[in-house]
Amino acid sequence: MDGMLFHAFIYLAAAVLAVPIANRLGLGSVLGYLIAGILIGPTLGLVGAETEEVQHVAEFGVVMMLFLIGLELEPKLLWEMRARVLGLGGLQVLITAVLIAAAALLLGYHWGLGLAIGLIFAMSSTAIVLQTLGEKGLTRTDGGQASFAVLLFQDLSLIPVLALIPLLAAPGLSGLWAAGPGGSGAGAAHGAISLVVGLPGWGYALVVLGAVALVVLAGHYLSRPLFRYIAESGLREVFTASALLLVIGIALLMTLVDLSPALGTFLAGVVLANSEFRHELQSDIEPFKGLLLGLFFITVGAGIDFGILSAHLATVIALTLSVMSLKMAVLLGLARLFRLQPGDQWLFALGLAQAGEFGFVLLAFSVQNAVIPAELARMLSLVVALSMLLTPALFIAYDRLIAPALRTGSAPAPDSIDELGTVVIAGIGRFGQIVNRLLLASGVRTVVLDNRADQIDLLRKVGIKGYYGDASRPDLLHAAGISQARLFVIAIDDQDRAVKMVEHVRRTYPTVKILARAFDVRHLYLLQKAGADLVVREVFDSSLTLGVAALKALGMHPFKVERMARAFRRHEAEGLTSMYDLWDENPDIARNLVLQARIREHVGSLQDALNSDRLQLHDRTERGWTPPPRGFNRELDGDE
Amino acid sequence: MPSHEPLAASPGRTEVGVTTDRRRILCLFAHPSIDRSEANRPLFAATAAVAGVTLVDLYAEYPSGEIDVDREQARLRGHDVICFMHPLYWYSTPSIFKEWQDLVLEHGFAYGVGGTALHGKLFFNALTAGGPEQAYCAAGYNHFTIRELLCPLEQTARLCGMVFLPPFALFGARTAVDEGRIGAHVTDWVRVLEALRDYRLDLAAALPLTKLNADLDAILLEP
Repeated sequence: MDGMLFHAFIYLAAAVLAVPIANRLGLGSVLGYLIAGILIGPTLGLVGAETEEVQHVAEFGVVMMLFLIGLELEPKLLWEMRARVLGLGGLQVLITAVLIAAAALLLGYHWGLGLAIGLIFAMSSTAIVLQTLGEKGLTRTDGGQASFAVLLFQDLSLIPVLALIPLLAAPGLSGLWAAGPGGSGAGAAHGAISLVVGLPGWGYALVVLGAVALVVLAGHYLSRPLFRYIAESGLREVFTASALLLVIGIALLMTLVDLSPALGTFLAGVVLANSEFRHELQSDIEPFKGLLLGLFFITVGAGIDFGILSAHLATVIALTLSVMSLKMAVLLGLARLFRLQPGDQWLFALGLAQAGEFGFVLLAFSVQNAVIPAELARMLSLVVALSMLLTPALFIAYDRLIAPALRTGSAPAPDSIDELGTVVIAGIGRFGQIVNRLLLASGVRTVVLDNRADQIDLLRKVGIKGYYGDASRPDLLHAAGISQARLFVIAIDDQDRAVKMVEHVRRTYPTVKILARAFDVRHLYLLQKAGADLVVREVFDSSLTLGVAALKALGMHPFKVERMARAFRRHEAEGLTSMYDLWDENPDIARNLVLQARIREHVGSLQDALNSDRLQLHDRTERGWTPPPRGFNRELDGDE
Repeated sequence: MPSHEPLAASPGRTEVGVTTDRRRILCLFAHPSIDRSEANRPLFAATAAVAGVTLVDLYAEYPSGEIDVDREQARLRGHDVICFMHPLYWYSTPSIFKEWQDLVLEHGFAYGVGGTALHGKLFFNALTAGGPEQAYCAAGYNHFTIRELLCPLEQTARLCGMVFLPPFALFGARTAVDEGRIGAHVTDWVRVLEALRDYRLDLAAALPLTKLNADLDAILLEP
């Protein structure tokens, strides 16, 4: 227990110290974690042998990341990407592996050994690349999407590669063949139980298909009633627990049938991308993913063996640089072939040039299967780690050297009028619904959040898409995309939470405009003070409409009523503005005597205006249609 | 005619007062459906880019037709040239301009006792008309020239003490895009605005014309 606490303390302290500094220096969080790892591992020796075990746990961060990516990716989008996943990804793995194998052959190694090394180095680091792309806001760019497609293919190819590696053993090294057909060796490598050991090929295929079908069907039909049931209990931590349960359950199932857990959770994410619980799941899993990924990066840094590194410094560096340049050249060629824009080509090539975390897994597996000698494997694993360490530097190179050069070349076209931007709406009760319907009808993309699962469910039944979640939670707002939104509409019933929401969004996202619904004048002032750009009292307009209808029903001329209503509205707006400062001095209206006097005056002036023909308000309603004074034309005659 | 307003010659450019050596131009723009406009939208965009011009989209500012009289009167006071920019609807302006006139041009402000706020300012229309130019004459199907049709506005300007200039007009506006006439028209428009601003428009030569853009080289002085 003490040891665990000590290690946890060391890991956390290293992260807390190194990451903010790295971020402030513009190096990105990934490099920060890696440096933290180097500091506590090889440099200070605070952590040692357990790093590898920790790394296995931390790899779960990658699994969670893919679940979150899946949540962002609707099935339709995934289908649209198929050509890139298979074409771009397939060619990348194939060409890189073959070229490295050829190089190894030239250096006099056995072809099987060469191919195994080629496959290992063909993999890139999903964790580093996606984390960095997300941090830099490049995920949605074409280069980011192409990178994602390739990473997805690499994930998919892990299973056949694990099946292939035992077959590559050089005759001299053999003797440790893994038992069983198919990918059963993979399960053995992870030291996990497997359901499919000893199954014939067709049986294995059936089990795999069954597992995938289970994930898709359960994700589609079972998860939503379950989540709704839990959401209605109102227990937040139980919802978090069930989200974790989902991810871990799927990962376990996938491990049992020798499939990649990352792939399984990715699939589950895609299935749930359309569900109303998407944003809630996202914000629940996000912190776990962040911590585990950070831990993973630290273990990569901590795992660098400085003993071997200093012994073979020149070889390791030369190998790393040649592997990365070779990968880069292949990626650049493929980017051209698939017609990416010049800027995206470089992002794609620089971003994916490293070897990845799968490299560690495959190396360990290759040693077990006597494909790669242990001595060589230790050096290669250094190459993998070093290339990962260099990746943030390549992203910085892209930021500093390539992106600015492209920007000066051609300024991006200004947004057309159709691009109105996204609106996040908190609260989809009677008020928010009207706002949402008008925006949707005008072609505006909205993201609707409400903390009542039954309400969301009801709206989904009539075709309005909303998400379950408490919009006063910063992480949920973030998951809903508030940082990219143009407007934030607050239409929730809870007055205090509405004010807190305004404060939070104003502080954290200063560029987002906030439109809020107020309960009464006091609430309106509170929202204004908190930083809302526009506040509307919820019943003001409907009351005025009814007042107008009443005057018309009494027989007053409709256009005169219209003018009265306009004057009333103006009078009210001016009054609200003029009283704000008085209120601000002492918000306690019951004790603010000056404000009370001003309110009486405000109400009185309206009364006067409505009762008398001569007073200010009436004059203003008549203004402009007032005929000139009698005899005005005599003056004009005189002018001539 | 106020004495400081030379009819033709450009005043010597002084380094000091920007407002004295440049006319301040107010373009009041009205098109109820700007998204579907082919001629007025590029004109609007080009106008916005001319320095020294205030451009007001009336339908955007007063979507409910509730015009702020004080604000509009302050705008008029602050400018030397008033231009109505609009498509020609039923031989006149879109309706918001009529409401604008009914409300803003008050007795005591624009005309009558003490109504001298607009005296000496220039007034003109920049309009687009669907019909071809030859239709706007006694023999054509519109029977009147564009100047004759704008008589109520000309008289309004005169009663308010303003100088009425002939309209800057685009005829056959519905086919102007297909026939590639928009670009040249916009270029002409910017030339006219800049010349008005810099006192390079020969008012004496322009006043009797049927349309301002009949022959720009004849009325514009080179900078």
